[in-house]
Amino acid sequence: MSNTPDVAPVEMVPVLDVRDVTKTFPGVIANEDITFALNQGEIHCLLGENGAGKSTLMNVVFGLYQPDSGSIRVRGEQVQFTGVNDAIAHGIGMVHQHFQLIPVFTVLENVILGDELSKHGLLDIKDARNRIRELEQQYGLNVDPDAMVGDLSVGQQQRVELIKALFRNADILILDEPTAVLTPGEVDDFFAVVRNLVDQGKSIVFITHKLREVLAVADRITVLRNGKLAGSADPKTATQQSLANLMVGRDVVFQVEKDEAEAGDALLSVEGLVVEDERGVRMVNGFSVDVHAGEIFGVAGVEGNGQRELVKAITGMLRSVGGKVVILGHDTTKWNPRQITELGVSHVPEDRNKHGLVGPYTVADNLVLNRYYKQPYSRRGVRQTTPVDEEAELLVEQFDIRTPGIHVPVETLSGGNQQKVIIARELTGDVKVLVVAQPTRGLDVGSIEFIHNQIIELRDRGVAVLLVSAELDEILSLSDRIGVLYRGQLAGIYEGADATREQLGLLMASGASPDADVVVA
Amino acid sequence: MSEQPNESSDPRRWIQRTWNLQPVLIPLYAILLAFIVGGILIALIGVNPFEAYWALVRGMFGSPERIAGSLARSVPFIGSALALAFAFRAGLFNIGAEGQLLIGGLTAAWVGTWAFMSDTPGIIAVPIVILAGFLGGAFWGGIPGVLRAKTGAHEVITTIMLNSIALFATRWLINSTDPKILRDTTASVPRTKEISPTARLPELVDSQPPLHWGLLLMVALCFVVAFILKRTTFGFETITVGTNPHAANYAGISVDRIIILAMLLAGGFAGIAAASEVAGTNFFFQPGTFAFIGFDGIAIALLARANPIAIIPAALLWGALLSGAPLMQQEADVSIDVVRVIQAMVLLFVAADAIVRWVFHVRSTSGSQMDAPTTGWSST
Amino acid sequence: MEQHVSDETGVPLPRQFVGGGLSEEINLQRRVGRRQIVGIVLGLTGLSLILLVAPNITSETRSFAFEPPPDPLQISFNPVVLVTVIGLIYVLAGVLSFLPGRLDRVSMIAQLIAAALAIPLVLALGLALSDAPATNVINLLDESLLLATPIALGAMTGLWCERSGIINIGIEGMMLGSAGVGFTFYAILGGATSTGWLWAAILVALLTGALLAALHAVLSIKYQINQIVSGVVINLFALGLTGFLRSEVIVPSGNSKGVATSEIGIPLLEKIPIVGDTLFTGGPLHFGMYIIVFLTWLVMYRTSWGLRVRSCGENPHAAETLGINVIVIRYQAVILGGFIAGLAGAWFAMEAQSGFEDNMTNAAGFIALAAMIFGKWTPWGAFGGALLFGFARALGSRLQFLDVEIGDFSIPSEFFQSLPFFVTLVVVAGALGRAVAPAAEGQPYTPSK
Repeated sequence: MSNTPDVAPVEMVPVLDVRDVTKTFPGVIANEDITFALNQGEIHCLLGENGAGKSTLMNVVFGLYQPDSGSIRVRGEQVQFTGVNDAIAHGIGMVHQHFQLIPVFTVLENVILGDELSKHGLLDIKDARNRIRELEQQYGLNVDPDAMVGDLSVGQQQRVELIKALFRNADILILDEPTAVLTPGEVDDFFAVVRNLVDQGKSIVFITHKLREVLAVADRITVLRNGKLAGSADPKTATQQSLANLMVGRDVVFQVEKDEAEAGDALLSVEGLVVEDERGVRMVNGFSVDVHAGEIFGVAGVEGNGQRELVKAITGMLRSVGGKVVILGHDTTKWNPRQITELGVSHVPEDRNKHGLVGPYTVADNLVLNRYYKQPYSRRGVRQTTPVDEEAELLVEQFDIRTPGIHVPVETLSGGNQQKVIIARELTGDVKVLVVAQPTRGLDVGSIEFIHNQIIELRDRGVAVLLVSAELDEILSLSDRIGVLYRGQLAGIYEGADATREQLGLLMASGASPDADVVVA
Repeated sequence: MSEQPNESSDPRRWIQRTWNLQPVLIPLYAILLAFIVGGILIALIGVNPFEAYWALVRGMFGSPERIAGSLARSVPFIGSALALAFAFRAGLFNIGAEGQLLIGGLTAAWVGTWAFMSDTPGIIAVPIVILAGFLGGAFWGGIPGVLRAKTGAHEVITTIMLNSIALFATRWLINSTDPKILRDTTASVPRTKEISPTARLPELVDSQPPLHWGLLLMVALCFVVAFILKRTTFGFETITVGTNPHAANYAGISVDRIIILAMLLAGGFAGIAAASEVAGTNFFFQPGTFAFIGFDGIAIALLARANPIAIIPAALLWGALLSGAPLMQQEADVSIDVVRVIQAMVLLFVAADAIVRWVFHVRSTSGSQMDAPTTGWSST
Repeated sequence: MEQHVSDETGVPLPRQFVGGGLSEEINLQRRVGRRQIVGIVLGLTGLSLILLVAPNITSETRSFAFEPPPDPLQISFNPVVLVTVIGLIYVLAGVLSFLPGRLDRVSMIAQLIAAALAIPLVLALGLALSDAPATNVINLLDESLLLATPIALGAMTGLWCERSGIINIGIEGMMLGSAGVGFTFYAILGGATSTGWLWAAILVALLTGALLAALHAVLSIKYQINQIVSGVVINLFALGLTGFLRSEVIVPSGNSKGVATSEIGIPLLEKIPIVGDTLFTGGPLHFGMYIIVFLTWLVMYRTSWGLRVRSCGENPHAAETLGINVIVIRYQAVILGGFIAGLAGAWFAMEAQSGFEDNMTNAAGFIALAAMIFGKWTPWGAFGGALLFGFARALGSRLQFLDVEIGDFSIPSEFFQSLPFFVTLVVVAGALGRAVAPAAEGQPYTPSK
């Protein structure tokens, strides 16, 4: 192991040296006077909340953004990147949080893109394939170069991203939230890969907001908060609590407080549901569950195992091809979204910009998007502005939505406030069943706490809640019962209080666990 | 740009701030630029552009009759532009007004020649003819709507194909003598019989072409459409589908239903325009009279940024230019096709308003973007 | 840690979970998909061919000829028998369409065979319903290929634009504009007769196409205006400009008609008996079309630039993170497409005929778009689509020429003229289904700063 450079030898020059970098976007200071150094052969964790400015800083380093002021040195040489090519030429590679892959291309095409080998003007596929194979062997990254990227699992796609950087001879690797999409087991494998990279001489910036990972992998820790440097920490002495305080700027309560569930009747019953996605691929394959009044049923699982289709089928947005959905005693399998909504089902969708909001519409119109056609918001087919505005004012206050007014386009709000608009709309009214998908994705700690408390409050009022989330922490802290979705089937159900990360992780990764309550072959 | 301290005293800025003139200013500047481009073209063939334009302007507004003629010329454009604009707000690009006009005009003329119409008072007969046009156009507009909703076939392709099919179909119906279908065998050219005198829209001014009640009908239609879009729940649903169909589906709006309804109505608006032409101008149906009206409607609607009220002045400009062009050709010997170039340039400069802002140093204010969806070919 | 959740909470678990292997037991709701609908249509068509059509057509011998008369090589057949046999195949294909999911391929192949058989079927019916005893099918093929020329070229234009992420409905205008400007040049400087000026004019047509494409590129890439609006601007502008040129320049020059490119023969291939003389002699621009289609495929799929173009159409941001200049690539691809559209324009005004008429492209640019979509955004697929529409047009005029009658009713020429448009409509509605456009198409791209 090569991780001892806590105190760099005096003559040692950092491979990457960022000094006093400031980057602003219209109306936002994303980075203010940030200084950050990466030494040869270390894993330097950049820790911060969503929106703290970590990705912006690294995009500056990678040449995607130009800093307003400040300087960057690579191996002691002052550089001024005008584009990604400059960064790549200096041996910097980046694995982006949202994979920058083209699903309809093969692995090989994705890897060589922008750095192609040609012979007589035509692509030299054979040579490229050999080079990729070599890299895969050297770093233990196994992917078929000729597979379509769209067919690969998320973990494999991440390996493709790493191969892309290594193919360009990167020795400074920036990994932006690399574990967000992995199961606990995959995270461990990934850490092994990262250690292997460091052992072979690479230097790594590891961006994350997960405290546990920081302590597990970092040689050094730098914390950002609100675009500013909040401090640094030594992984040997830091604790999760100390890091969290540094990251958020106040004491953080890890445990969500909630009472024992008082489960009532089953309000939502799914029986043997089969759902195909738009391409006709079967994504949900015989899923059954009963969600009872006053409980939160959490659905854990690696993304792409049918969560999206399950939620869409329950809420009527996608027609299932088999099985049954029964809500409040009605067979709603063939109902449309409006009929299901009118029954008292609320839905916080996974993709708030695509489904949950109409971006150019005002905050007010978005707050009544599920009831605009009803009295008093509409009379005899004509919309009534006054009741809409009154309702909007009320909800903005009640849910603490930070907006300049109810008549501004909702797309101008921050992500957290946009999500609050959806939460406000969906959690008011006569809700009996709540389906929430990824409710806190990309939000800051304050918004996350607020939304979690709202969901628990609804549960305590006797609402049946189906919570789908890729964040295992969220599932564990909120759920009364937890089901793991694996390849479209329920791989097992745990009592919320008893489940551990390890058990769930195993089930998420393989669909089987020795101690799961039920196992689907 | 100008220095900070001067800004408050600059009268132009003050006017701009006090009344937001941009929605009017940009198109006016665009028209000016377009005329400059057209003028260069005219000068290239050795004609003095000012003389040509003077003839054009007199042709457009030179006398009360000419003004009336310009107004009359714009009537069908209002309808064909509405056909595009309404579908546009639902996220659909309806290039099919050309065919919808043909089918609407045909049904209007066909119904107008029914025997009982001559015994029916105008107050009933005229609405029947207009309704027939509406239904004919709606039928032809509904086909691509259903195809889009049910099979995902993109309306740009289907409407263009239906335009050609409508042209050949109507041509056959009025050309065919064996069997005789709708042809008026007494007429020297292939066309339908004249509709009953009771079914005609009353004339307002005896201009060329005559100005009739169709103008008021179309203007009223614009206001009705504006009300539908702005104030009704149906309009809200339509625009929601056009802005974000995924969110519309999530909000319980049936996207398929809105797509079909929007195309039905859009086709119907074109049909009304065609019916008003049949009932107010020609009194018979002949495919040639509708050539390019649907095509121009696209440009007019885009010029008006798909706003139903703004369509009225845009269509007036269009109609006036086409109405004035013959005088320009007659007096200055400049092809009327120059007008087409000018029209294309107007649309170009309005769409790419950044060019206009750059040329005339107009500041950008938010909200001038067209509510325009650009979607790929495959539907979701 | 032993857990038996259901026992502890008393919440009964759904029965399906015990024992597993439930996917076999799921009661799938019956679904009628596109395949089944096509199957029903095929079956009904087959039945009506056997029961309604075959008994009512002539049983006199008809022939498909492969050479011009006299005494051509030909295949003779009895229309009643042929129609009945094809009808039976249709019924079979209809039945096969209802095979279970895992025999998907069998159904698909059956449907494809049925679709291909439509060609001899329609031709045989046309012959049977007219007085002509024979028709030359090699000629028909040649006409189809000829009429496919502008459509295939237009489809390649569309392909280059759309694979780079820019929607192009201005193909029509690019073709028309280059036809008009090219011929104007030819008419003024070459008197519409000089061969040297003809080739210069073709070059001018190519450049005009490229210029119009550059305008489209500037509007949609730099000014980020709605790409469909930009396409409409191009179409409108080309229509006005060429109309202006025709009435102000071409007609006054007195050279409205001229000499077109002369036919060439492909060495060796033109010597092939029967087909050589027909298929392998023709206009140089027509043969250029084959080269363009091949090169489009080669460059798009086998070169690094082609790979980059495709990446810009799928995920421009990913391309940017790999150091690709998305803006430049898009400009290049759109302008390349413009050159190809210019070639199509030159074909219209200087090869198919020598002269310019208002709106002479007559929606070929739009049909080209349909061909591209039909071909699922691939060069060879789009070429196939172009052939299909070329064939529909050639067939239409052939049948019109044969004077087909059903009973006493002579099928009107308008019907045959609208045939290609009708085919396009049916194909787009029926075949589009799963076609997936480039993912980033139509979205303006702003590079990071």
